[in-house]
Amino acid sequence: MSKIEEGLLYSESHEWVKVEDGKAVIGISDFAQKSMGNIVYVDMPDEDDDIARNEDFGAVESVKAASDLIAPVSGTVTDRNEVLEDEPGLLNEDPYANWIIKVEMSDPSETESLMDAAAYKAFLDSQE
Amino acid sequence: METLKKTCLYDRHIAAGAQMSPFGGFMMPIQYSDIASEHNAVRHSCGMFDVSHMGEIRVSGPGAEDFVNYIFTNDVTMLQPGHIQYGMMLYPEGGVVDDLLVYRMPEPGVFLLVVNASNTDKDLDWICRAADGRDVKVENLSCDYGQIALQGPDSEKVAAEVLGMDLSDLVFYTFKYAGYAGGQVIASRSGYTGEDGFEFYASPEVTCRIWDALLAAGVTPCGLGCRDTLRFEAGLPLYGHELGQDISPVEAGLGMFVKLDKPDFIGKAATARLREEGPERKLVGIELQDKAIPRAGYPVLSDGEVIGEVTTGYNSISTGRSVCMAFVRTSFSAPGTAVDVRIRKRTFPGIVCKKRFYDKKYKK
Repeated sequence: MSKIEEGLLYSESHEWVKVEDGKAVIGISDFAQKSMGNIVYVDMPDEDDDIARNEDFGAVESVKAASDLIAPVSGTVTDRNEVLEDEPGLLNEDPYANWIIKVEMSDPSETESLMDAAAYKAFLDSQE
Repeated sequence: METLKKTCLYDRHIAAGAQMSPFGGFMMPIQYSDIASEHNAVRHSCGMFDVSHMGEIRVSGPGAEDFVNYIFTNDVTMLQPGHIQYGMMLYPEGGVVDDLLVYRMPEPGVFLLVVNASNTDKDLDWICRAADGRDVKVENLSCDYGQIALQGPDSEKVAAEVLGMDLSDLVFYTFKYAGYAGGQVIASRSGYTGEDGFEFYASPEVTCRIWDALLAAGVTPCGLGCRDTLRFEAGLPLYGHELGQDISPVEAGLGMFVKLDKPDFIGKAATARLREEGPERKLVGIELQDKAIPRAGYPVLSDGEVIGEVTTGYNSISTGRSVCMAFVRTSFSAPGTAVDVRIRKRTFPGIVCKKRFYDKKYKK
């Protein structure tokens, strides 16, 4: 069973978003890290890069394969979690405590199309 | 849609909770725990693989030696009974039908060809057509044999203690008959990991018994995931990546397994011509300075121009470096040449190096 954290918003491509001080903090869900297996590299955009909703903004890589990170919202990258450069495995240990990027949203209403924890749980159940 | 085949060990993989995936027409275990742990078990102690998907083709008869020598690039007239050669079958144009092992069996005029699972049907068809009019018998024994690879520095000790097989007299690329659970086993000192180790060919029943005994003794079951990371580090080619119909062994750096000084064989003229002219591209290793991981299909560049393509790449488990094998234009193939690899939207600098990232530990 994958853990789903309450209070976060989720995308169908298994990213989570937490809105904090008007910024979107973005990470990957427990389901995502479990299906990837051991994460060995996180490809993050640079600060000030623009990302667009539903387009890839980086990737998470296991030994075997790369999985694109799909932007749940549009905006400009303000922070990248550089700890992940040396310790990508933190995404396996606790995917909710370890965010990947923070984004200044260009259209905060985009979060309305994301799922809350209950909807994401139903979504995961429907995928099985 | 083609139905996926199951090896004789399939139920055991499911019971062990292995992550399964289609490979070469079979449903195969990719990993049991995680790729890195399984990889390290093989490098530091030992691990076992179900490789029953591999194809076994028996060629026998008075014309067998001449025939195998005609379809195979290595020189089997130099091969003693109980010994193994690596080589390829080529198309007349010089590309590779498959890479394979040829075992000269102790019985006179009998060879066992061990081929890639994904190519077994194609190979069989190729061999049968070439055999037309020759005094040989070709049999597909793939379903008669299960195969387990026991790999790693502890393999000889484990084979002795757990299976009661004294294999200390075998050097790499030799084999002998052994017995287990009342059945005959071909015990071969060989493998695809860069480590010392053995491959056991036996009936499905005996294969299951060997697997159970090794598992009970604590040998780490390993999936195809780490089989690939291990062979990659040792610079061993995988058909479909470093070898294929449009790739010559000369380009792949495997010219030493093509004996151009023996009588005519399929693909000889084309290979001789390419060696004479020099190939336009060569398989090299590339080491990146960054941790970004080069994957198969990613372009290799120089000054923004595409000069090659990655065939296999990983963040090497044994060394921690991001490395790949790639075909590059020959003028960029010298070790030390600076090139770039494009990984998604960015390019990363790398240096051409030898394509063996880990030194083999074979028993000579």
